[in-house]
Amino acid sequence: MSNAYRIPAGGRINRKKPLKFQFNNQNYIGFEGDTLASALLANGVHFVARSFKYHRPRGILSAGSEEPNALVTINRGQARVTPNLPATTAQLYDGLIAASQNHWPSLNVDAGAVNDLLHPVLAAGFYYKTFMWPRNFWNTVYEPFIRAAAGLGKAPSEPDPDFYATRHAYCDVLIIGGGPAGIAAALAAAATGARVMLVDEQSEMGGSLLSEVSVRIDSAAAGDWLASALETLRAAPNVQVIQRAAAFGFYHENFVGIGQRLTDHLADPSADCPRERLWKVRARTVILAQGAIERPLVFGGNDRPGVMLAGAARTYLNRYGVLAGRSAVIATSNDSGWLTALDLARAGSAPTAIVDMRPDVAPDLVARAGDAGIEVIKDSRVIRTSGRFRVRRIVVARNDGAGQRELACDSLLMSGGWTPSVHLWSQANGTLSWDETFKAFVPEAAPGGVFAAGAGAGVFGLGETLQSGWSAGSAACRSAGFGAPGATRGFRIEGEIAASPATPLQAPSTGRAFIDFQNDVTAKDIRLAVQEGFQSVEHIKRYTTTGMATDQGKTSNINALAEAAATLGVSPQQAGLTRFRPPYSPITFGALAGMKRNGTFQPVRRTEIDPWAEQQGAVFEPVSLWRRARYFPKAGEDMHAAVRRESVGVRTAVGMFDASTLGKIEVVGPDAAEFLNRLYVNAWKSLAPSRCKYGVLLGEDGFIRDDGVVARLTEDRFHVTTTTGGAPRVLTMMEDYLQTEWPDLQVWLTSTTEQWAVIAVNGPNAKQLIAPFIDGIDLSDEALPHMAYAEGNIAGAQLRLFRVSFTGERGYELNVPTSEARRIWELLHAAGAALGLVVYGTETMHLLRAEKGYIIVGQDTDGTNTPQDVGLGWAVGNKKKDFVGKRSLNRPDMLKADRPQLVGLLTEDSRTVLEEGAQVVSTGPAGARPLGHVTSAYWSEALGRSVALALVAGGRACMGQDVAVCAAKVQTRATISGTVFYDPKGERINA
Amino acid sequence: MIQVRCPYCDALLPEQEFAYAGQAHIARPEDPSAETDEAWRDYLYIRSNTRGLHKERWRHVHGCGRFFNAIRDTVSDRIQETYRMFETPAGGSADE
Repeated sequence: MSNAYRIPAGGRINRKKPLKFQFNNQNYIGFEGDTLASALLANGVHFVARSFKYHRPRGILSAGSEEPNALVTINRGQARVTPNLPATTAQLYDGLIAASQNHWPSLNVDAGAVNDLLHPVLAAGFYYKTFMWPRNFWNTVYEPFIRAAAGLGKAPSEPDPDFYATRHAYCDVLIIGGGPAGIAAALAAAATGARVMLVDEQSEMGGSLLSEVSVRIDSAAAGDWLASALETLRAAPNVQVIQRAAAFGFYHENFVGIGQRLTDHLADPSADCPRERLWKVRARTVILAQGAIERPLVFGGNDRPGVMLAGAARTYLNRYGVLAGRSAVIATSNDSGWLTALDLARAGSAPTAIVDMRPDVAPDLVARAGDAGIEVIKDSRVIRTSGRFRVRRIVVARNDGAGQRELACDSLLMSGGWTPSVHLWSQANGTLSWDETFKAFVPEAAPGGVFAAGAGAGVFGLGETLQSGWSAGSAACRSAGFGAPGATRGFRIEGEIAASPATPLQAPSTGRAFIDFQNDVTAKDIRLAVQEGFQSVEHIKRYTTTGMATDQGKTSNINALAEAAATLGVSPQQAGLTRFRPPYSPITFGALAGMKRNGTFQPVRRTEIDPWAEQQGAVFEPVSLWRRARYFPKAGEDMHAAVRRESVGVRTAVGMFDASTLGKIEVVGPDAAEFLNRLYVNAWKSLAPSRCKYGVLLGEDGFIRDDGVVARLTEDRFHVTTTTGGAPRVLTMMEDYLQTEWPDLQVWLTSTTEQWAVIAVNGPNAKQLIAPFIDGIDLSDEALPHMAYAEGNIAGAQLRLFRVSFTGERGYELNVPTSEARRIWELLHAAGAALGLVVYGTETMHLLRAEKGYIIVGQDTDGTNTPQDVGLGWAVGNKKKDFVGKRSLNRPDMLKADRPQLVGLLTEDSRTVLEEGAQVVSTGPAGARPLGHVTSAYWSEALGRSVALALVAGGRACMGQDVAVCAAKVQTRATISGTVFYDPKGERINA
Repeated sequence: MIQVRCPYCDALLPEQEFAYAGQAHIARPEDPSAETDEAWRDYLYIRSNTRGLHKERWRHVHGCGRFFNAIRDTVSDRIQETYRMFETPAGGSADE
């Protein structure tokens, strides 16, 4: 039985290299050069899959990436299980293990096949009609059931162990498709010196040339001509030939995405080779030479295993030495089926009959078929097939329905015409026109720098195809600015049987005639959609799902269109074509992600003190791109215990905090004060050098964008701090105003976030801790009061010292050069032991500031809050004529009394900590009314109770009122209070 | 990914180096306090949403950092021309 369908000689396989493989636990032998599909066919295996919806037995339809049926799972063990691979594109390797999909318990005995009996109720749109009520059944019953019943293979749940590469490339001429047109184009372009890339999705370059056995080109056998052309191209330093590389998307301005498979064809790939490479190519010009795809005929039972495209059968015969069957029948609407018949006859396995839709066929073809002993049945078509897991008999009839007769066969090879592959052309915004010869759309007006060649451009015949490629290569080079060879170069073709791609449109079909094999859409479904009122092909597509499977409707689009147009009573041109979208063929998420996964997904910014925190066992949290120490647990502490200890330490002794992530911008120049005055709400001109101010920045809409302390270092120099996440945004906004609104101001902006590390020291012992290390600064409260700034040295390092506090305690922020930060930090840490020093993280920082009612922009604000809303009206320099956002603060909506206002919330049960984001609801006699939401909530150890901040409509006029706070399934009573819970008089700042 | 010519660097570069910065030629009023509520609303929020040629601001954020103007065809998504701040485009006036 082994390789029973392999002819004794011929094909491009290496018969000296047999390869063992498994399909559904059966062992088989193939040869080097086989695909999984050709190897299965050589072993007589046609039935390889169950269909998506009806679980119908399916065979191998095609020989390429258009395959809708033969999707398999290839198992390389562990996480290396790849579902949904077309067997027709999976290159065979020794030890390959594959299995069929979408059946239970087995391919032959599949419980899901009951769906096929239910097909009258499973027609187009059945789930819109059937699964309507009860409503909650959709999530709980219907969808899980449908998902389990219909489907593809299963993806592994383990992380992908392979890695994927990305490469950017630039070229003058990118040629997509390595068939005769692409190769001729590359030959034309190579000689000009242009940088040429030739990519093809298959394992071997050559396209249809790989299936030509009798044709000679320029006196050489097609295979030899191909070999020598490739040798020329590979030897040219300006040409790059890339195999197994599928162009999947055409994007703006000749930017093309190409997925290259590097290891899937290897039995034992090296661990340091990426599995795939994503090419992002920017090409000056692109030549699309992707060929054409054969269409199935639409008749009852056209999806049975053993029914195959005629061109595919020819490829299996000529390229792989494999017969689709021993007694084939050809069904065709055009000359293409005859070429397959004649090649089969020459291989000694002539089909019994050719059934051609046309009443008139070229006499030469009829004569050749007669010579080969093939019965010719003209003006006829197949109307149904039978055979359980493989076609056994077919019924043919004349086009008028008369003369029904039955034929026995083991394979039915069909051709419904050829569809030029215009997917990428369409994605490139090239226009299409209906071609009466092909009965398909062909490229029309070219977008700039894009050329179509060969069958993809509607060119047929080998000589014409080669010439068309050569012309496109020449034109592309001229367009790219290279001296190009002449547009014509005669290719001498011998031994080609004259054949035309002309085909009639298919007549409407009867029976279970499939159009979209992968999504199980029948001709009847298309008719039903039209009957139900769908008129646009885009709507028909979505309602029936035709063309929406992973094969992107490569074999089905035109048949669906023809059926829809016939039902609508319009021409296919009037009905139009649905839009093509990337990807042309599936691309893995791995390839798209490339190196951007895990640790390299996005950069992690770490402060100089971060490694120390890690050594101390800190727990980190991400804050924009930074990772920050959230708390420093001692043995046995959870976060709450650590925060209690850290916060008490700050309030009673001293705490140290790494604030290096604060954004810092140095604003310098004679107009620096004027610039800040126009930008921030505050009055800056009155700020004396060596003094700080809390700055608030609005957008022109009057809403808070950012905040931070600003120090005036000298008359013309400011050190502006921003929130950790806001630094790039604020710098961009500053640049915007400076460059585009006030270019007359003499101001220079420099981001200094990375230059200055910040150690915040807070607590009653703060001054004692830092004083011994500081030179050149008088730390007395008279010389350095709260909100003062001074420069000096600390332990030999440069120091910018801010007397500021985000905790309410006496506070100092030590700005030191980043390179010195770790040393200074450790010095202070060692000295702090005697003073009760704690190191605290962002969680304690958040608590301490909330106890004081200090806001965090982005937590207590949401982009729709004014300074007045959050109690920062005092910061606004109302006497200033203008600042960014000032006008908006006077818009009527900004003056309403019921705007959300920041207030405190004290829970009735002091132990209850509210949930951030919980809704605040009124409890008055008028009934529950939403008032706002909780923005911050913590357990305050200093106060022995919970505290919370909330944005409440008109909240400041509601002090002392009770509200309900509602989170999922929990309701809590609370009282509206002021926002300053701790030390309302502000005495601790000098304690 | 479209390509953008930075008029300051005079180089055609991938979109990744740039950031879009909204419709162009919307000047901040000289004296916002003199604007009516309606005029100020229009300045803040009303944009043209053009089908066709659209004048818009871009910033060469991962390059020279400069803001500049571009005329982009919103149908083809191609940038027809870029020009420096305060300059008039070769293709017409700086209105819109």
